[in-house]
Amino acid sequence: MYEEIARNKRRTALVILGALVFAGGLGFLFSWLILRNGLVGLVIALAISAGLSLWSYRYGYRTVLRAARARPVTHEEQPRLHNVVEGLAIAAGLPKPDVYVVPEAAPNAFATGPDPQHSAIAVTEGLLGTMNRVELEGVIAHEMSHIKDRDILLGTVVATLVGSVVLIAEFMLRWFWWGGGMRRRDDRGGGEGFLILAAVGVVLAIVAPFFAAMIRAAMSRRREYLADAQGAMLTRYPPGLADALRKIAADTTPMRAANNATAHLWLNQPSRVPGEGVHWFESLFSTHPPIQDRIRILEEM
Amino acid sequence: MLALWILAGLGVLLLLYIAFTYNRLVRLRVRSDNAWSQIDVQLRRRYDLIPNLIEAVRGYAAHEREVFEEVTRARTQGQSATGVRDQATAENQITRGIRQLLAVAENYPQLKANENFLALQEELTGTESKIAFARQFYNDQVASLNTLIQSFPSQIVAGWFRFRPREFFDIEEPARGPVTVQF
Repeated sequence: MYEEIARNKRRTALVILGALVFAGGLGFLFSWLILRNGLVGLVIALAISAGLSLWSYRYGYRTVLRAARARPVTHEEQPRLHNVVEGLAIAAGLPKPDVYVVPEAAPNAFATGPDPQHSAIAVTEGLLGTMNRVELEGVIAHEMSHIKDRDILLGTVVATLVGSVVLIAEFMLRWFWWGGGMRRRDDRGGGEGFLILAAVGVVLAIVAPFFAAMIRAAMSRRREYLADAQGAMLTRYPPGLADALRKIAADTTPMRAANNATAHLWLNQPSRVPGEGVHWFESLFSTHPPIQDRIRILEEM
Repeated sequence: MLALWILAGLGVLLLLYIAFTYNRLVRLRVRSDNAWSQIDVQLRRRYDLIPNLIEAVRGYAAHEREVFEEVTRARTQGQSATGVRDQATAENQITRGIRQLLAVAENYPQLKANENFLALQEELTGTESKIAFARQFYNDQVASLNTLIQSFPSQIVAGWFRFRPREFFDIEEPARGPVTVQF
């Protein structure tokens, strides 16, 4: 377990370093293409991405919670949820995380925060409605294991950085689309250089999300199995989580808050498309192991 | 001369081992203490809830005096218990008493539908499972501490500094399983 914590901290540092190199390279490329001087862009991009990384490390979890439209709830509003969270925090020897509810009908949950002292667990209204106490304990135990292993640190930093990359890529795509069109009509020179620039921008905009998806898929699958196992050790009752996962697998309600930047944080991959399972396009960004495999392993414990 | 150096080196290693083992023993003892105080917090919480439960049920089933007295007696016993084993015995009695009270309440639909009673029931169930989780954590810590105290060669260091093995907190598990028991 201590190796897991060390590994997660190391990977977080690597991801931040990777983001710095990626952003620095982008900045250098663009400012060299525009100003024929790469240094200006390099410095600006490094400064921005360093600030962003620091911010995502300290405050990223608030953004993640806001992106899911999670709302803090009091003990009086949700006594059962609060009691279960507090109980499993005791079982794991951790301080009690903040408790949030997400207004979604699909049953799902996630945990976020830089460390166990500043952590939050959010569950959907659908989860509260469909799970009995034992199943809820299974789900919360899984999330508590993510908190204990610092998976939440890596997950939150990746979510905010990936979110920014996606945002910047989309912004650039739009800028080239509209700005490019106007400039061409103006025809005030620089046409050739601008076309190269536009091409690079479009390629980046297309590649960036896939790049981001690959990072996420690599980090997330194994640790889901691990959190399942550790969660089962906390409750000493593997069928609880297995039953919960079975209910989640049977539920096909789509999730409005589903997006590619935060998908890996959830208990099970959220889907925006109604109907059986995950849409083929979303499975390209697959962040979780197949739920049937997770259930089978829990049943064999 | 060489022999002297080797001897000095071995001496330093030995001192390092003793210091390391001592620190680990202290750390585990502190953790066990903390874990025990977690149990204590939850047990107190339950003592506080019991009078409310008795009050609520008494309003409907005043004739069940025996059950009320039994639970009250167990509560007093729990509050004055010294030592892990005494505490566990008293707490098991309390758990059984509370279950009996809730079983009595089961016969009164009006009481069962009462919002305050439902909230109280949730707090009791929640506290009981927190006691179980706190016990689990405490027993894990105690197991690590006892293993270190009893295994060789750390037992020698533990003996010098008078570390004693702790008792496990053995209480009944809350009911769980495919059939969720509703009290």
